[in-house]
Amino acid sequence: MTAGPLLQVRDLGVNFSTSQGEVQAVSGVSFDLRAGECLAVVGESGSGKTQVLLACLGLLAANGAARGSARFAGRELIGANERSLNSVRGTGIGLLSQDPLSSLTPHLRIETLLTEGLLDRGLATRDAAHERALQALAEVEVPEPEARLRQYPHELSGGMRQRVALAAALMCGPKLLFADEPTTALDVSVQARVLELLARVRNRGVGVLLVTHDLGVVAGLADRVAVMYSGRIVETATTDELFSAPRHPYTAALLAAVPRLRGDAQLRLVGIPGDPPQPCARPPGCAFAPRCVRAEVRCSDSRPELAPCADASLLAAARAVPTAAVACHRPLQDRAGMA
Amino acid sequence: MSRTLPLLQVERVSVRYKLRGAGLLAPACTLEALSDVSIAIREGGRLGVVGESGSGKSTLARVVLGLVRARAGRVAWEGRTIDYDDATAMRSLRRELQVVFQDPFGSLDPRMTAGQVVGEALQALAGPVASVAAQDRIRAALSEVGLASAFANRYPHEMSGGQCQRVAIARAIVARPRLLVCDEAVSALDVSVQAQIVNLLHELSERYQMSLLFISHNLAVVRHLCDDVAVLCQGRVVEHGSRDVVFGDPQAQYTRDLLAAVPEPDPVLQRARITAAVNASRTSR
Repeated sequence: MTAGPLLQVRDLGVNFSTSQGEVQAVSGVSFDLRAGECLAVVGESGSGKTQVLLACLGLLAANGAARGSARFAGRELIGANERSLNSVRGTGIGLLSQDPLSSLTPHLRIETLLTEGLLDRGLATRDAAHERALQALAEVEVPEPEARLRQYPHELSGGMRQRVALAAALMCGPKLLFADEPTTALDVSVQARVLELLARVRNRGVGVLLVTHDLGVVAGLADRVAVMYSGRIVETATTDELFSAPRHPYTAALLAAVPRLRGDAQLRLVGIPGDPPQPCARPPGCAFAPRCVRAEVRCSDSRPELAPCADASLLAAARAVPTAAVACHRPLQDRAGMA
Repeated sequence: MSRTLPLLQVERVSVRYKLRGAGLLAPACTLEALSDVSIAIREGGRLGVVGESGSGKSTLARVVLGLVRARAGRVAWEGRTIDYDDATAMRSLRRELQVVFQDPFGSLDPRMTAGQVVGEALQALAGPVASVAAQDRIRAALSEVGLASAFANRYPHEMSGGQCQRVAIARAIVARPRLLVCDEAVSALDVSVQAQIVNLLHELSERYQMSLLFISHNLAVVRHLCDDVAVLCQGRVVEHGSRDVVFGDPQAQYTRDLLAAVPEPDPVLQRARITAAVNASRTSR
């Protein structure tokens, strides 16, 4: 329990050079992730959440550049060469992406897709890899694994494909799993099964970094949540804290947007008016201010830094849990009653 | 008299797809995508059709739109059977019956601006309109879906998914249809945008007494929008009733399973569900 974090990200930034000049997609992102823990990074399309994952794996697009630090088990990933990154990809960090149809090579059989990581690295003989593939499919509850190994991705249903993709991500026994919108393209019932499988992976001691736009998906699985808006983390808290007492108005708005099965059905969902700012045209102050119901003059003048919450740090000292933090001039639940 | 008839009735419709066999020489087989399905939507009513992938819900939408032919049964518009082969009748029906699909990028022509997309629909449905009047109606339709007139000159790739979906809705409503079919129209969107579009559909439906056939896999979304719900499972309607009955006292086990799968923003509840599921599959192994 006292071991250091598996993944330690400090002041991570991602820039893209585009025809409109240098665009800052991600700035100042810091977090820790421990073994057997699930951290959810939540935000809308374009908030930069996926770029954080890709930067850690050295998979940014050719015009992208990462800065800052991301240490996996003590090894620096940002700026590392391909050789060193390849020794982390798959074996140290597995990646499960949103669309299993595009992440599974269409002309390769499931067996090849599952075993190529082990075989290319010389980690197993063909027979051992075959056995491991059968076991991996059984772990993600794919029926008739022997028959599946001979099939191609297009022959499987969407839910089955996502299970195979999860099995592939776990084949080399990674300590950390990056799950990028793993349930977004799926039906709710398949979604529930995939979440259950991810919970089991976490229970086995694998760290899970879950990236999603849907707070409903986060609720049952994540231990902590980091909310991203326009390239920055605007709030972090434990899952229970975040859901029961969100501090950033954006977090509260995201929660209000989730359709529910309980409560007044006549109640209209609360959408967030407007759109996030373009990364090349962010307002000088808080990026959320133009859409925020609580915004006042200073919100559009100066950008609030991510700061530990006064009451939360007391809590943190008492219980030794990670500190909650919020980047807002006028946070909700402002119990300290700061000016 | 037509007042008492539902706007749209689907009566005992069955659809069968021919599937190619698994191998090159394997015999073709058939799949019963819909069997004996009946639903009805009144003027201004909002019916949610819910089910998993493969339940037949999109096939149902296609039958209503005439994109797939039923093997048995009929679809009636104000009590009269729709003849999907009658081109003249279909042209006037298209004005009243429009559709919004799931993928906002896939359903818009990448070479057309939002204004052209809406204008083309207007021309096709309302016939030749004087260009000044047409421009006004295009602008009105865009503003109705919450897009400023500057959006008329934007191409799909210059817009977000939510904005594209608004353009698709503007295209569908520009000729004031009486029924809008939404096939997973909010499933590909971020939750914050999804909420905006659900609210927009609700507003438009109220303002113009426009009926909705809203197809979705998420019961929670349907609950916020529709007043009637039909649940499809393997091509059959397993539950059909008012929102309060279906959500308050679901009869079919399948409906209860779908309800249990909705990801709700409640950590205590969700954690309990996941733990129960993990334990159940552990003991069953």
